Amino acid sequence: MDWIFEFPQLNPDWLLSAKRFIDGSFRTLTRAYGGTIENGFYPLQRVLIFIENVITSAPWPLVILVLAGTAWFAARRWSVVATVVALLMAIGMLGLWHDAMKTISLVFSATIFSIAIGFPLGILMNRFKRVGGILKTMLDIMQTMPPFVYLIPVVMLLGIGRVPGFIAVVIYAIPPIIRLTDLGIRLVDKEVLEAADAYGCSQSQKLWKVQLPLAMPTIMAGINQTIMMALGMVVIASMIGVQGLGLNVLQAIANQYFTQGIFNGFAIVGIAIIFDRISQAYGQRLQKHQGTTHE
Amino acid sequence: MSKSDASIDIRALYKIFGNSPKQYVDAVRSGLSKAELGKSHKHILGLNNINISMPAGKIQVIMGLSGSGKSTLIRHINRLIEPTSGSITIDGRNILDMPETELRDFRRNWTAMVFQRFALLPHRTVIDNVTFGLEIRGIDKAKSRDIGVRWIDRVGLVGYESRYPHELSGGMQQRVGLARALSNDASILLMDEAYSALDPLIRTDMQAMLLELQKELKKTIVFITHDLDEALRIGDRIVILRDGSIVQEGNSQDILLRPADEYIKRFVKDVNRGRYIKIEAIMEKARISDRKSLPKLKASTTLEVAARELTKTSHDAAFVTDDSGRTIGVVSLRQITAALSTTFGTP
Repeated sequence: MDWIFEFPQLNPDWLLSAKRFIDGSFRTLTRAYGGTIENGFYPLQRVLIFIENVITSAPWPLVILVLAGTAWFAARRWSVVATVVALLMAIGMLGLWHDAMKTISLVFSATIFSIAIGFPLGILMNRFKRVGGILKTMLDIMQTMPPFVYLIPVVMLLGIGRVPGFIAVVIYAIPPIIRLTDLGIRLVDKEVLEAADAYGCSQSQKLWKVQLPLAMPTIMAGINQTIMMALGMVVIASMIGVQGLGLNVLQAIANQYFTQGIFNGFAIVGIAIIFDRISQAYGQRLQKHQGTTHE
Repeated sequence: MSKSDASIDIRALYKIFGNSPKQYVDAVRSGLSKAELGKSHKHILGLNNINISMPAGKIQVIMGLSGSGKSTLIRHINRLIEPTSGSITIDGRNILDMPETELRDFRRNWTAMVFQRFALLPHRTVIDNVTFGLEIRGIDKAKSRDIGVRWIDRVGLVGYESRYPHELSGGMQQRVGLARALSNDASILLMDEAYSALDPLIRTDMQAMLLELQKELKKTIVFITHDLDEALRIGDRIVILRDGSIVQEGNSQDILLRPADEYIKRFVKDVNRGRYIKIEAIMEKARISDRKSLPKLKASTTLEVAARELTKTSHDAAFVTDDSGRTIGVVSLRQITAALSTTFGTP
């Protein structure tokens, strides 16, 4: 009756050699191509450093002005602008301005990059059902796989630093924009699509003149989610060499600095609120004319 | 309009919904019923051997209750739905054979469609909705704006150009839908239950507007409805569908005076006959000289009006005249009353 308590696992020797083989070949791969791959990411690194320099070296009143202006453009409401300014002032007064700017620059670059890749992928996912199926499975894996696990190969290939941190953040943050682009296009009213066909729209006219404008509020919700996920990832990313508020939190955990943890945590929340208010208000404004039609 | 031939000729059109529709066409042709097809083969018979010739410049109404296949049929004319078999010929070309790009071209230049639930683009203003078809065809902005403004004026929406659809009432939204279709200057206008979602009074207004516009536009209009009154009011020709087959085809007089079967009789029973039957249809053909002086009524006068006119005079009969004023028959008050009240004797 032993077999009932003993799970019939694969031969331990076989398992061990399999692990050795995979690790070994991955290591060989890293040694052989690590340098090349790292060089391949060099342009990305330059771009990231450039964006970070621009944001961190900008005078603080200018940064506040730009963000307040963005808030006004997106929301057209003074309350949103006031919230943004107040939060930035608070972060600065806690002495976290510089770190906050580093974090904002990372989240900003990661979001732009995620949109640049995720938006077209979402459209493809909608257009080609089979590709969509495969992509959906990959997204499911990306969203449930603990980030630490995919940090391993990234670090093995690229070492510690800005780029691997950035990649980890993008992997974590990109699923919502892909999913919600696809969803937004799928939710477009069938009758409106029929009208587009009846008037002789080509596929691309239908996409750009009908589907995407109508999907925009949903896509904005996806962008909002992507930003929030990117922010949520900054602490984990700091474990592989990303600087900013996340690193401070990490230090606070390691050394049990309660107040430092709270302050930096608060700053992250503050940035989250800023991005969230701006992107949500913009989404709502887009939605204004898309109220359901009169019956 | 320089477009050559906007008549629509539908021949032996079948539509079967399901996984492998093609294989059942022959069975349906040789008499497999809709019920049987659905029950033992899990396929739905949408259209069963439809043959209609729609003359150019006329309003062809296709009437039926829900599930009769009328919406499926109209969607075959611009091929929003692919047929299972059959042909639709417009200007010498079979729509159903057209490759993708040609079909797109055909949709852009030959047809315009008005939808039951308007199907306006909610993110565009009224003027941008109206010029949508022109924009798709690549007509330049200034020119299409001019055209758009003109049609917005014609449908009575001046001042609403920069409003959004959700700010308008249903009737107004459908005016936008109509203006969008008309500004396309297509010779074929497809109206899919265009007025069914509107309040009765607004519906009557819109019907009147369509008839008014049609006097001058002379488009080939295919109008889908489930409302016999609407069909009788605006249709030059009417086809009645049931379960995907044509039950009767004819003009309003044919339908009212000679209903093809019990099904249509049931429809016709509740209709105000006086409003639609013309005295031409019940008069006695006679070339009577003017030995008696009777009042004259035009052939297209409805029973309702004829009865009213006659009772105003001391006569109990009238000469029926054609458009040029020539007498072509006689109709008596007794005949009128009989036609108003009959529930179908044999003609």
